Amino acid sequence: MTASPGAPLSAAAPDIGALAARPRGVGGGRRPSPLQRSARIAILVIVIGYLGLPLFAMLEFSTRGNYGSRSLDSYAAMLNNQDLIDGVTTSLQIAVLTVVGMLLLLVPTMVWTVVRVPRMRRVVEFLCLLPLAIPAIVLVVGIGPIYRWMGQHLGAVGASPLTLAFIDIVLCLPFAYRAIDSSLRSIDSATLADASRSLGAGWPRTIFQVILPNIRAGVLSASVLAIALVLGEYTISSLLSFNTLQVAIYLLGGRDPFISVAVSLSALVFAFILLIVIARVGGGGRRDQREVEEPAT
Amino acid sequence: MTDSTVGAPAQPPAQTAGLASGGAGSRRFRGARNYLALIPFHLYLAVFLILPTLIVAIGALTTADGTPTLDNVTVLFTDPTVVDAFVYSIQLSIATAIAGAVLGGLLAWAVARGKPNGLLRQFVIAASGVLAQFGGVMLAFAFLAAFGFNGLVTIFLRDTLHLDLLTDATWIYGFAGLVVVYTYFQIPLMLIVFLPSLDGLRQEWYDASASLGGSSGSFWRHVGGPILAPSFLGALLLLFTNAFSAYATAAALISQGSPLATLQIGASLQSEVVIGRENVGKALALGMIVIVSVVMVIYALIQRRASRWVR
Repeated sequence: MTASPGAPLSAAAPDIGALAARPRGVGGGRRPSPLQRSARIAILVIVIGYLGLPLFAMLEFSTRGNYGSRSLDSYAAMLNNQDLIDGVTTSLQIAVLTVVGMLLLLVPTMVWTVVRVPRMRRVVEFLCLLPLAIPAIVLVVGIGPIYRWMGQHLGAVGASPLTLAFIDIVLCLPFAYRAIDSSLRSIDSATLADASRSLGAGWPRTIFQVILPNIRAGVLSASVLAIALVLGEYTISSLLSFNTLQVAIYLLGGRDPFISVAVSLSALVFAFILLIVIARVGGGGRRDQREVEEPAT
Repeated sequence: MTDSTVGAPAQPPAQTAGLASGGAGSRRFRGARNYLALIPFHLYLAVFLILPTLIVAIGALTTADGTPTLDNVTVLFTDPTVVDAFVYSIQLSIATAIAGAVLGGLLAWAVARGKPNGLLRQFVIAASGVLAQFGGVMLAFAFLAAFGFNGLVTIFLRDTLHLDLLTDATWIYGFAGLVVVYTYFQIPLMLIVFLPSLDGLRQEWYDASASLGGSSGSFWRHVGGPILAPSFLGALLLLFTNAFSAYATAAALISQGSPLATLQIGASLQSEVVIGRENVGKALALGMIVIVSVVMVIYALIQRRASRWVR
């Protein structure tokens, strides 16, 4: 749980799971004065009101029926919209590929740097946080020629929208790194690896069957963030002309704004539920970790 | 390029990397094998992160057939549309960074004062995560549902309060509209980034200040404020780059013209290529990398100071 020293960029990719369970600081004193209490309530009402107003407006807008009545037609219609279904399907497939690819790329590399080459830890961390300094809109300019090449030389696979997973993996690296790193720091991976190796397990078995179960909170948190990121990704898919969920929502917005607002609200609520889940699991994970520190394990 | 500049403040990764690759050759087989296991990771990032960045950087400095030229970069300083777009982007980013940092900072304070594992805290953090990082196009629609021609707020003001204040909803496509919609994702990002710093303020420090006769005001003036100042400044810079790099929300909202730098880049990718300007889009992208990198370097320097107190 300790913040990694010498990783100045890391705060830019906060670990949402850990944040939710953070112990309490002062925030200004033990007993709040009446003035402070009313200031706090005023701030909560104003700022949450500001953030909540457009969401409430979405709910109101998407449930408008004829002559001022309320109706759920827009929500029913979104289930029958083929473009939308295609977009959701594509995005979900990309999400699965992104999660699998991200874990295959990141978990063995991170475990290996901790156990075998600690001096490379900084380099790996730096590379993982680097996408924060390169905006998606810039990345898409440079990745365009690479995707054009893949489309021309790798046949149907190279031209598939599923290739977006390659670039989504890069985009979610900063968040995934932070989530997995905080789990990995809380266990003694070197000892676990030595124990596993001395009992005859190979490296793949050590990483996936011994260490992975011990960092599942971080892995789960990283996976959920990756899923949410893929479902919300617009910049790259629209500029590379792939029909993902967000592109479908955008195109729908021009034809039927009521349905597109209904879809947007549903997607935001879905992402919200996902993040509540990782906040719960993240908190639970920390309790597990304290147990792991006992020598008895 | 970004490599060495952003990394410099920490223990220089470039140097570590140099040691590693230099060592690999001279070490025994076992030592080298340890580094070989990291090759897939580096190879992947080389293809999907470093190579695109190089394509942008090299493309910005060459013509379509590969001859070195400064013409593309010159456009950044001479073409009035491009200059205006960058200026507009920077103004918008500064305005929304300040608005987001102040409002988000206040919200973070209000949340930090609540119960450590309380419902409010979990709710606000999860909602912030959604709005800050996954909003994009959907936030533009949320904004339209509230302030568009048929939006909830517009209709309420017009029909219920009979105020013609927002009836002409074209303001949403101008600077004011962009400030309002960008602040929707700036406030939540501020909360996520700044909350750990507020959590890091320890009860003992407050008690120490109080036992020496300090009031709440003097605690914030002499202890809390100075400790939080670097984090706050750092967050301000992060919010700036966040707004500066944002594309989806503005692209979904604005259909005519490209008033922002990111929209200019998007347009350069979508429109017909004008002969002689094939690589101008890459020059725009390079311009963004330079600005974002400079801000991130300052951010990293400030964050080093801030992290002294935050654990």
